[in-house]
Amino acid sequence: MNTSPITIALVGNPNTGKSTLFNALTGLRQQIGNYPGITVERKIGTFNIDGIKHSIIDLPGAYSLNFKKIDERIAYETLIGTFEHEETPDLVLIVADASNLDRNLYLATQVMDLNLPTILVLNMVDVAKERGITVNPEKLSDELGIPVVSISAKNTQCIDVIKQAIRDYESPSPEPLAWKPSLPLRKAITRMIDGWIKPHTKIPEKAYYIEALRLISENDIKSDFYEFDNLELGKQVIEEARSIIEKSGGNPMAAEVLQRYNFIGDATNPATVKTKTGERTLTDKIDAYVTHKVFGPIIFTMILLLMFQAIFSWATPFMDIIDLLFVESGAWLSATLPPGMLTDLLVDGVLAGLGGVIIFLPQIIFLFFFIYILEGTGYMARAAFVMDGFMTKVGLHGRSVAPLISGFACAIPGIMATRTIENWRDRIITIMVLPFMACSARLPVYALMIAAFIPATKVLGIFTLQGITFFALYIFGIVMALIAAFVMKRFFPAGERTPFIMELPSYKMPKWSVVFHNVFDRGKIFVTEAGKIIIAISIVLWFLASFPKVDMPVFDNQETLPNVETSFDATENAESYQLKHSYAGQFGQIIEPVISPLGFDWKIGISLLTSFAAREVMVGTLNTIYSIEASDEDDISTLKQKLINDINPKTGKPVYSIATAISLMIFFALAMQCMSTIAIVRRETNSWKWPLAMFTYMTALAYICSFIAFQLGSRL
Amino acid sequence: MSLKLADIKEPKTVRVVNIAGADAVRILEMGITPGVELEILRMAPLGFPIEIKVRGYLLSLREAEAVCIEIE
Repeated sequence: MNTSPITIALVGNPNTGKSTLFNALTGLRQQIGNYPGITVERKIGTFNIDGIKHSIIDLPGAYSLNFKKIDERIAYETLIGTFEHEETPDLVLIVADASNLDRNLYLATQVMDLNLPTILVLNMVDVAKERGITVNPEKLSDELGIPVVSISAKNTQCIDVIKQAIRDYESPSPEPLAWKPSLPLRKAITRMIDGWIKPHTKIPEKAYYIEALRLISENDIKSDFYEFDNLELGKQVIEEARSIIEKSGGNPMAAEVLQRYNFIGDATNPATVKTKTGERTLTDKIDAYVTHKVFGPIIFTMILLLMFQAIFSWATPFMDIIDLLFVESGAWLSATLPPGMLTDLLVDGVLAGLGGVIIFLPQIIFLFFFIYILEGTGYMARAAFVMDGFMTKVGLHGRSVAPLISGFACAIPGIMATRTIENWRDRIITIMVLPFMACSARLPVYALMIAAFIPATKVLGIFTLQGITFFALYIFGIVMALIAAFVMKRFFPAGERTPFIMELPSYKMPKWSVVFHNVFDRGKIFVTEAGKIIIAISIVLWFLASFPKVDMPVFDNQETLPNVETSFDATENAESYQLKHSYAGQFGQIIEPVISPLGFDWKIGISLLTSFAAREVMVGTLNTIYSIEASDEDDISTLKQKLINDINPKTGKPVYSIATAISLMIFFALAMQCMSTIAIVRRETNSWKWPLAMFTYMTALAYICSFIAFQLGSRL
Repeated sequence: MSLKLADIKEPKTVRVVNIAGADAVRILEMGITPGVELEILRMAPLGFPIEIKVRGYLLSLREAEAVCIEIE
């Protein structure tokens, strides 16, 4: 049939191997992006048959065209051509899991009602065979009235089979309603279409049957889905159609589903041979432990611990190398290029910003490597099953656990990993509380403050007060995240009700091609999309810290600088002088009245601004302010000493007290001080609303908590 | 009072009689139709969700869904 390029849509239930097939067909000729305005991933690619380049769309997994989730809605709208950003497919490939044929064919019978050329691809016939299920494609094709081909992932010829099926495709579109609805249901459908859908709505003709059936079974008009007029008439026609079914003794809500399943039963019975029914499958045997009441949570904790440990220890050397590379190349550039503003911008703005992006890559890559393996084996759904009971108590979801835990390494991969949470509300709450988890960028700040101000007193023989403070800060983050989730759940509109019916897919070996593709995509999306914002903010921060340009006076700077306290430092260097008089420095002084109730002075004020680039930059900024040369052997301990010795000239007392240190640590635990997180939340929620809300509420909470801590602490 | 799937507290095999409630359509669409056999495999740590086997595949249901399913 196909001598001209066509657009092919891949449709199917989740976990049917659709994406594996998509990767196998397109290789690297694919593009991944978001659908505009929403956060469902859009995958499109090309492949060749006899030199003709066809496009292929991998639609989001769906159980039914009667959509309950945004992914399902997109799949449906693309098929019927109402999705504005997408081409209507010329051919539909329905991918079905042969080991679970009935439920997969449910969607297939719906797609067959759309009057589109359709081929059914039976996937995983090897898995089915292991379970004693053999499907005869020719028989099934006779029963359904559409071409059926069977493939298995192990079979490397599967691409050729599919290409041949596309080449051979000649039959017209399948006849709608091939599932032979009963006479009353048929009458009701006709009444619905002729009475309202055709004259009063803008539903495309392809979708008449599916829409009529939806209206009858749901007894409701989805007002956001299409344009219509005469709502009253619509409601009346629905009533009429429903009463046709009721009079014949049927249930309008269930009639369609039951009749489709009856048809599927009649179609699959002659086409399948089942042996060894009732035998325990490998999946059953594994699940006896993995979803066990006691072993389940233990196994889950062990896996997370291993994963977390691996991310930490494997990513660190790469991060060190990246850091070194950027520092070295920055130094090389500064030495090579003529000194001046342009070089500064290049080195301290652009290059530093780029470094701030790339440094996250190792953690993102390792985390997603594990996540996609766990997803690919089928374990992720089990983890959600085991944790769901606990997590729903605080307003989260079983699938929130893994992203939250990975937030201990870094919030960015954690937020990217929330994609596995299907329900939008659960996902957004998880994203909003995730940055409370104590990420590794907070470590240097905690370490500095604890080393300087918390005594190493022994507690209970084996612990020190320092260690306990450290631990307490981690627990504090977790508790705040849970409380915030609990509160947000109250305030959040419940939105569309999404039933939590989660399939627990059969265990299988992960497909390495899918794992590597996905890991690569995650990394690419982070660098290209969040990266832009991060570099832009880096340049702004560089500008704030470098301008206006001032030259350090040669002698006695005390008189020229009435606002700046200089008592702590007689040997100030040019760099620290510049920073203090920059816009960032002025900012620090302007906000001093605002932050002094928290126990912070203008020097911390500058650091709060610069630490927006990344929390650990705080330590570097303080180093600059206190004029510590980078060559100092142990800058943490030098800085620590300078902090302890810093005296406020007005009061004659130390600038930093334990109360200040605690207040500052609480502030760092709670405040949203990470532009990369902001950037990734913007990308993942597709709007500036959520990152701004996150910044506001976290920073406000940090301010209030630090205020209380400092005011209480300084009175004790 | 008809027996609900949510009332079952130990693993056993039951037969679906009827589906009613807010999420009835989706439950039906997943193949949990009247007359079909459900094997209740196990319960998660706090009692819910539950893991069931229906039409040869595994499914997890929360309490809200399990109360919609009448069984015998």
